Amino acid sequence: MTGTVLTNTVMILGMAAVTVFVKAALFVLGDRVVFPPLLKQALGFVPVTVLTAIIVPMILSPNGEGLELTWRNPQLVGALAAVLACVVTGKQLLTIAVALGVFFVWQLGVLA
Amino acid sequence: MTRRSSFAAGARDTLPMVIGAAPFGVIFGTLVAAGPLAAWQGQLMSLSVYAGSSQFIALGLVAGHAGLAVIWLTTLIVNLRHALYAATLLPHVAHLPARWRWTLGFFLTDETFAVMAGYYARHPRAPLGHWYFLGSCLSMYANWQFWTLVGLLFGAAFPQLQSLGLDFAMVATFIAIVVPQLASLPNFAAAVAAGAVAYLGQDVPYKLGLMAAVVAGVAVGMALQRWRSGGLEAGRQEEAA
Repeated sequence: MTGTVLTNTVMILGMAAVTVFVKAALFVLGDRVVFPPLLKQALGFVPVTVLTAIIVPMILSPNGEGLELTWRNPQLVGALAAVLACVVTGKQLLTIAVALGVFFVWQLGVLA
Repeated sequence: MTRRSSFAAGARDTLPMVIGAAPFGVIFGTLVAAGPLAAWQGQLMSLSVYAGSSQFIALGLVAGHAGLAVIWLTTLIVNLRHALYAATLLPHVAHLPARWRWTLGFFLTDETFAVMAGYYARHPRAPLGHWYFLGSCLSMYANWQFWTLVGLLFGAAFPQLQSLGLDFAMVATFIAIVVPQLASLPNFAAAVAAGAVAYLGQDVPYKLGLMAAVVAGVAVGMALQRWRSGGLEAGRQEEAA
């Protein structure tokens, strides 16, 4: 192994160690971790906030080049269809199917 | 519900995420093949680090000749959100044997967290939930390994992969998970605040915009919840008086 290859392998294994620690530490501690009630209440908001925070930029500026509040943005149109389908039907799989359908029809049909 | 059917349900419910992640696996493999790392090191990174954004960022840092400490610290910051996921899911896994907790922790990703948050919201006391969890984990993991390999071997053949918009499958799934939870006003306000901050902070490096968005959303949600329960208590006291 040359020096660079070795260094890069060490780099990768170090990244793995850091990542496993961040992901698994709390799970491994298990019952030994007791969250105070206030923190428990805060964690209750994590799913709804983090999932929204991940997708909002993907919907509003899908190309990373500023706000695209227009009907020519298939991510936005597809997302609106998903919200509507979810509110009306309340069915998860149907929501995903409708959203993907609208998205691809929009991207490949309407805008092509 | 058997172990097997629970596992299969977890894998099935993760399918849209699997589709969404596939192009990124290919792109990752392609970038490795075009960069300074050996092909087997690209696969080793997918196998051992298994955290997409930090893998991409590491490639950039290696190309820029960053030192090991910088790369490891960046990995820590970029992956910090997983600790939040672990904290949120902990009540559902704390009772499992240690080997299960190590395994599920190692395989934790944004996508599996989303699927599990949705699952536990619908089935808070599912006795075989960890098999569902494992099904979600292993389908994501196998998928990431496969598409990394495809990218390493044939990446140059898919130049326009990102423009297909397959990552919209993830957006659609997240919406299907989040929208049912927005019926409560604190949750709704938390989501609006998080979305706004995430949008404004999308160019902040190391995913810190995402962390700021979560903090802002949680703060807004808790303030509203407090204000409401405070209002209720005041109401009760008035009634009592």
